[in-house]
Amino acid sequence: MIRFERVSVRYEGTEHPTLSGVDLTVPEGELVLLVGPSGVGKSTLLGTVSGLVPHFTGGLLSGRVTVDGRDTRTHKPRELADLVGTVGQDPLAHFVTDTVEDELAYGMESLGLAPDVMRRRVEETLDLLGLAELRDRPIATLSGGQQQRVAIGSVLTPHPKVLVLDEPTSALDPAAAEEVLAVLQRLVHDLGTTVLMAEHRLERVVQYADQVVLLPAPGAPPVLGPPAEIMKVSPVRPPVAELGLLAGWDPLPLSVRDARRGAGGLRERLADLSPPAPTGTPGASEGMSGAPEGTSGSHLPGASVPAGTDVPRASGPGRTPGPVVAAARPPPGPPPRGGAGGPAVSAVPRAWGRGCTGGRVGAAARPRPGRLARLLGRGSAAPVTPAAADPVTRVDGLGVRRGRVEALRRVTLTVAPGETVALMGRNGAGKSTLLGALVGMIEPTSGTVRVGGLAPARTDPRAMVRRVGLVPQEPRDLLYADTVAAECAAADQDAGAVAGTCRALVSELLPGVGDDTHPRDLSEGQRLALALALVLTGRPPLLLLDEPTRGLDYAAKGRLVGVLRGLAAEGHAIVLATHDVELAAELAHRVVILADGEVVADGPTGQVVVSSPAFAPQTAKILAPQEWLTVSQVRDALEAGA
Amino acid sequence: MTASPAPAPASTPVRLLRRALHAPEADRANALPAGAWWLWALGLATAASRTTNPLLLGLLIGVAGYVVAARRTDAPWARSYGAFIKLGLFVVALRLVFSVFLGSQIPGTHTVFTLPELPLPDWAQGVRIGGRVTAEQLVFSLYDGMKLATLLICVGAANSLANPARLLKSLPGALYEAGVAVVVAMTFAPNMVADVVRLRTARRLRGRPTGGVRAVAQIGLPVLEGALERSVAVAASMDARGYGRTAQVPAAVRHTTNVLTLGGLLGVCAGTYGLLAAQGAVYGLPLLLAGLVVAMAGLRLGGRRSVRTRYRPDRWGVRAWLVACSGAAVAAAMIWAGAVDPEALRPGVVPLTAPVLPLWPAAAALIGLLPALVAPVPPSNRAAVDRPAQRGKEQA
Repeated sequence: MIRFERVSVRYEGTEHPTLSGVDLTVPEGELVLLVGPSGVGKSTLLGTVSGLVPHFTGGLLSGRVTVDGRDTRTHKPRELADLVGTVGQDPLAHFVTDTVEDELAYGMESLGLAPDVMRRRVEETLDLLGLAELRDRPIATLSGGQQQRVAIGSVLTPHPKVLVLDEPTSALDPAAAEEVLAVLQRLVHDLGTTVLMAEHRLERVVQYADQVVLLPAPGAPPVLGPPAEIMKVSPVRPPVAELGLLAGWDPLPLSVRDARRGAGGLRERLADLSPPAPTGTPGASEGMSGAPEGTSGSHLPGASVPAGTDVPRASGPGRTPGPVVAAARPPPGPPPRGGAGGPAVSAVPRAWGRGCTGGRVGAAARPRPGRLARLLGRGSAAPVTPAAADPVTRVDGLGVRRGRVEALRRVTLTVAPGETVALMGRNGAGKSTLLGALVGMIEPTSGTVRVGGLAPARTDPRAMVRRVGLVPQEPRDLLYADTVAAECAAADQDAGAVAGTCRALVSELLPGVGDDTHPRDLSEGQRLALALALVLTGRPPLLLLDEPTRGLDYAAKGRLVGVLRGLAAEGHAIVLATHDVELAAELAHRVVILADGEVVADGPTGQVVVSSPAFAPQTAKILAPQEWLTVSQVRDALEAGA
Repeated sequence: MTASPAPAPASTPVRLLRRALHAPEADRANALPAGAWWLWALGLATAASRTTNPLLLGLLIGVAGYVVAARRTDAPWARSYGAFIKLGLFVVALRLVFSVFLGSQIPGTHTVFTLPELPLPDWAQGVRIGGRVTAEQLVFSLYDGMKLATLLICVGAANSLANPARLLKSLPGALYEAGVAVVVAMTFAPNMVADVVRLRTARRLRGRPTGGVRAVAQIGLPVLEGALERSVAVAASMDARGYGRTAQVPAAVRHTTNVLTLGGLLGVCAGTYGLLAAQGAVYGLPLLLAGLVVAMAGLRLGGRRSVRTRYRPDRWGVRAWLVACSGAAVAAAMIWAGAVDPEALRPGVVPLTAPVLPLWPAAAALIGLLPALVAPVPPSNRAAVDRPAQRGKEQA
């Protein structure tokens, strides 16, 4: 159906071709999955099928791509519109009209189909994708999963033979992703549509694939094969395959169901080993995960784990049960963190205040606010101190209303220093709202929020920066400057830190990124690391991350896990809002599940997650009822037992 | 149905009529074309432009407001009505302020108060700043401002009742591409606003003030960047979905299209000039009409290039005609009344008299309420109306 003949693509201004030597055939009626690390040209390969590469994006394509006999060199994207349907990662960027029904009809209108045909197909598609109740709704009011289904429906109505999807489930919660994948499954099975799909979240999709195309490295020729074979050699693979490799299962299982069938032996081997100690106390869990090779990029030898990770190792042997481990390696910058008792919040502003006056940072650029802030800082130093004795973040009976919608209801939550909490729940459950309330962007309607003893919404942003930091869903929102160096200088100034603090953090989190790099040229993972460094410049004891793994591949995710573990070990309290069950399993000591603005579950990760069908990581599903959460836990236990 | 009384033994003609008049719930199939709402609102606006009687103007505003309250949806554009009312009040206030400070040509005897007058040089004859303010002059500007405000409110009513995207969809095929551009731009505005809000909160995350010139400068660039990226993404999506596919048209047809469109537009220009110029009234109107016809023919022929079809275009049914005609009827009645009894529609200000509500024009204005009866009811309103009724039934 799709034939690539010696295809290579090179964009203008780049030295190496993004793709080269692609020679493969995608047969009709198959679901083919495209895998590979970030930046190997997956999107480019997908773009060549719809003709958007090179007709729309520019660049030089050599070789030949034919779709159902039509050569993309001679056919523009619009002339392939009846044959190829394309859906990207962000459905909102795909929509042309404003209501569901119009959107479904748009493609057919462009192709000039007869009105009665259009009407019939719209009705069929509404039923096929379960969108019938939403037909008159404005698209902007739909949830993420619904939007993605509308996007798929809108390219289905012209009855294309080929469907090209670029990360269709990356932005979705597990349930919404399953909705979308069920639809794809149905298209392939019932309608014989050929589907070519790229996706980072392999744990969700690999079991549905008939074949897998692996792009191992930029410019390297792709490898096509059955999923089980490719997963053995792939640099990226889902936990189920990882566990299968570890246990030596053959054939390699790709779904939880297959793995469970063969998992009896492994469960027996693990039965007398104790699952990891209850992860309620951060110190203990850090000790557990601090075993060598146990962290992050274990399946990625090349992944550079930043220096932060050696902190848990250093503190691991001690197995301090207390909530806070004295930082084994003090962070760069002048003020040494407070005593071993915990990050004494009171020490931070005073120390930084001194830094600010001493370094005269920011005094020139914004004289008035700077002076005012310093005055305020000195004035409020006394009242802050008693409150600062309470380093715990407390949310008590929090309610937030937006118009008539109650976004949060009676939410109660405490986060101790050194603790990592994962907030989970479907899209729109109130996760981001809770983070917004913690950081002070959203004023509580009822109840109280106390971060470092202060109410975030009533405190000056410049003061809050040193108490709580949030990395938003789109890290790019935090970046304004043209270069990394300018960004760092601004961050130092914003946080009142000594010049160079941020730059040191960047070098730690993002080794090998030059001062002159434009933030836009960074990859998704690098940008996240830069935003994280900017937020950490104020050394906030409470760190919040909203969907940090969106768009990250396994390698970048592994690095992030390492960094966050290091920060938790230094005494930072971390709250993550995430759909990524694997990330939560790797990192969180506690999981809080929100639904309709209420906390419906709050407990140690093992207990909350293992019992939940939607939020259990694959390892937990395979090895249930034993409480193993990640492959690395299993590996460590086996190695220790051997 | 819930509103109808207990089942009658026989279906009398009256009952059948009532059932036919009972407005159905709005959905896509029976939605009124945007054009019908605009015709209705323009009819009311025309009527308003014919009178300065504050009672009639108030009645027209009331009619428009009642229909809007009864038939508007929850859509974003439907919320614009309040903004138009505020704009109307602002216009009235502005008109009064100008009248007070700049004086007026209206002779009057009832002095309300006197402002200190600014002495102006001779060459500024006829211009006055400050001075005597009379009741007549105030009343005149109030009437005048009310007329403008009523026009604005009628436009606002159309704006909040008619879906702008659907209005653009009813453009002729040759203008389709321009229409799509406008629709895409309209969906962009809210997105950009959302971007601004997001970036402002992000500034807060870095501990910077969210106001001030620096903030605007720093937020502006990323917002524009985001808008640009989004438009490129939408363009790619539209291209991949067949936007701009064209049919092969013979060269002769293409040339004819160009000639007709250009010639028609020239005719329209010349005709308009003729109408406005003093001596061209004879050939002005025919030329304008001929130009319009030729240009329309050109557009229609140009539509042949586009292969696209329309999905469920709005249908002009009986209800649409009733809505449009009710507006036209109000306008016609008011124009007729203006010719027959100009005094009633323009109450005098010199000498000051209390305005009287002329009975027949007022009754005619009430025809404008017809859409509140015949137009399909938006679902959310219907739910709100029905729920108490149902609850009543359950209790019964």
